[in-house]
Amino acid sequence: MTTEASSRETTEGRVYSVTGGDWDSLVTEIGQTKEERVVINMGPQHPSTHGVLRLILELEGETVTEARAGIGYLHTGIEKNTEYRTWTQGVTFVTRMDYLAPLFNEAAYCLGVEKLLGITNDVPERATVIRVMMMELNRISSHMVALGTGALELGALSPMIFAFREREKVLDLFEMISGLRMNMAYIRPGGVAQDIPLGAVAKIRETVKELRHNFKDNEKLLVGNSIWMKRTQGIGYLDLAGCITLGVTGPVLRSAGMPWDLRKTEPYCGYENYDFDVITTDTCDVYGRFLIRMQELEQSLRIIEQACDKLGKLAGAPVMVADKKIAWPAQLSVGGDGMGNSLNHIREIMGESMEALIHHFKLVTEGFSVPAGQVYATVESPRGETGVHLVSDGGTHPYRVHFREPSFNNLQSTAAMSEGGMIADIIGAVASIDPVMGGVDR
Amino acid sequence: MSDSAQKGSFGVSGTGDTSGFGGLVRTAIDTGSTERPYGGYFDGVADDLERAYPEFSDAIERVVVDRGELTLHVKRERLVDVARILRDTESLRFEVCLGVSGVHYPDQVGRELHAVYPLLSMTHNRRIRLEVSVPDSDPHLPSLVELWAGNNWHEREAFDMFGIIFDGHPGLTRILMPDDWPGHPQRKDYPLGGIAIEYKGATVPAPSERRSYK
Repeated sequence: MTTEASSRETTEGRVYSVTGGDWDSLVTEIGQTKEERVVINMGPQHPSTHGVLRLILELEGETVTEARAGIGYLHTGIEKNTEYRTWTQGVTFVTRMDYLAPLFNEAAYCLGVEKLLGITNDVPERATVIRVMMMELNRISSHMVALGTGALELGALSPMIFAFREREKVLDLFEMISGLRMNMAYIRPGGVAQDIPLGAVAKIRETVKELRHNFKDNEKLLVGNSIWMKRTQGIGYLDLAGCITLGVTGPVLRSAGMPWDLRKTEPYCGYENYDFDVITTDTCDVYGRFLIRMQELEQSLRIIEQACDKLGKLAGAPVMVADKKIAWPAQLSVGGDGMGNSLNHIREIMGESMEALIHHFKLVTEGFSVPAGQVYATVESPRGETGVHLVSDGGTHPYRVHFREPSFNNLQSTAAMSEGGMIADIIGAVASIDPVMGGVDR
Repeated sequence: MSDSAQKGSFGVSGTGDTSGFGGLVRTAIDTGSTERPYGGYFDGVADDLERAYPEFSDAIERVVVDRGELTLHVKRERLVDVARILRDTESLRFEVCLGVSGVHYPDQVGRELHAVYPLLSMTHNRRIRLEVSVPDSDPHLPSLVELWAGNNWHEREAFDMFGIIFDGHPGLTRILMPDDWPGHPQRKDYPLGGIAIEYKGATVPAPSERRSYK
């Protein structure tokens, strides 16, 4: 088995012909066998692979005998990069991992940093409620992509149009609140980047109403649709034992009948104070996962409504910890060109308070130092357990940031779900895992 | 617990560098060990493990309880035994392993590479962590893929990024970096950016090698 790809010297230096893995020996091996086996390379640039995922499929006719996933095409070294930035700047990096669920990455990371700092209980309640509300909005926008692109990959175009229409509404809310539609770095260690703007709660309530009404469009299109059911029922089967040994969490685990949701089992951000249900099915298939995501939308809406009620009672409360040595300036304003400096804050630090200027300067340049130690913090992201392993050596930069990405872990189950099935069903299986390659490759 | 008492949040020493990169000089971390009682369900977990595994005192180098989390530092020769007992004993039942996170501590001579395994018991809703350290000169660890199939990719990632070799892994190849990539990028001796970028004859050094970052 060759491990090195062939290379040649050019004027620009050594150039590798990247073939990947044991591709060469695999091809030679196949040439020697008499069986009619076909190995096809699906992706990494393929409209149905849910991102830059490469599937190496061995086929007998149309039956998949072996499925392997090749990943790494979106590897950007985010974990390594965070080691060269302050703890606060880390948020800006991790938000770009799973780009469909940025707020969950931020929340998991910030919960970890707060645990390391020992300020978990000092985070103001208003900040916690805003976090919950933003995460649930994000769950909706992420599930909308899962449903829309999942349907698109199986040949149903219309659900995608409706799903992206709904997602746009949620992204508009994100833009109104944080200034950005994606990768907003809104949740920060100690709280959130800034308070929600005036009138936001009313706008959110209005959007919730609209979404609840519009979700029915997709339901009418897909739930009970006989073509859709034929493409998804009994497909991508993975039972509870398979999920557990593969460490699979999220909707895939819940489709095997296990009511495992970290929001209930290990409540964080005060999820124990919200009234919502954990949705399960026992079909272990793509259709079950689809139904779970559909119904989780309604549960998220319920949580958002409760969060809006809480926000009404917490008007004017702080959204960042009181400790000035940790609290990153949380007074920003949203202008026509996005989020920027608050003139009031600049007036305070430049003209009124020397102390505030020093804190601002030290925080923004050096950052705060975090006592040495390690923690593991988790949140229930739309794809399962997002875990963060943080190590601090007592400095102002992380010593190690590792994300246990649910997409990365769950994508391993592709083989178990699709080997022995038809090649067309692999698409459904992968779509039901809903991997986001930015999270898989980090 | 941790010996590096916080010297105020702005406890930067040395150059007084305010570029934001003053904290890049790394110091060794020693979290010490914790004496009983550990608190919470940790005592129960330790008791049950001791009962089910008589060689407990030999296999577990130290126990650390920090920030409400339990870490068992396990000798690498005993890792598979301890993991199997944690998974299979009814009162422990850590049926999910949430992967492996490698950490490189170049200052800890003889135990430079650490592998950290977060374990989850869905049965009892408990979490603990196993930590194993190996020397850089002999970076071998037994693979846990046989116990938890989901560790397959995580171990490949730890190999790819840190060069930890998991013996018994069904196919230990790189997973995120190209197959022919030299070096292991997340080790501390590997610069950020890794390779120099060549453009029209000029060489741009890796970001962490640039002046302002030192």
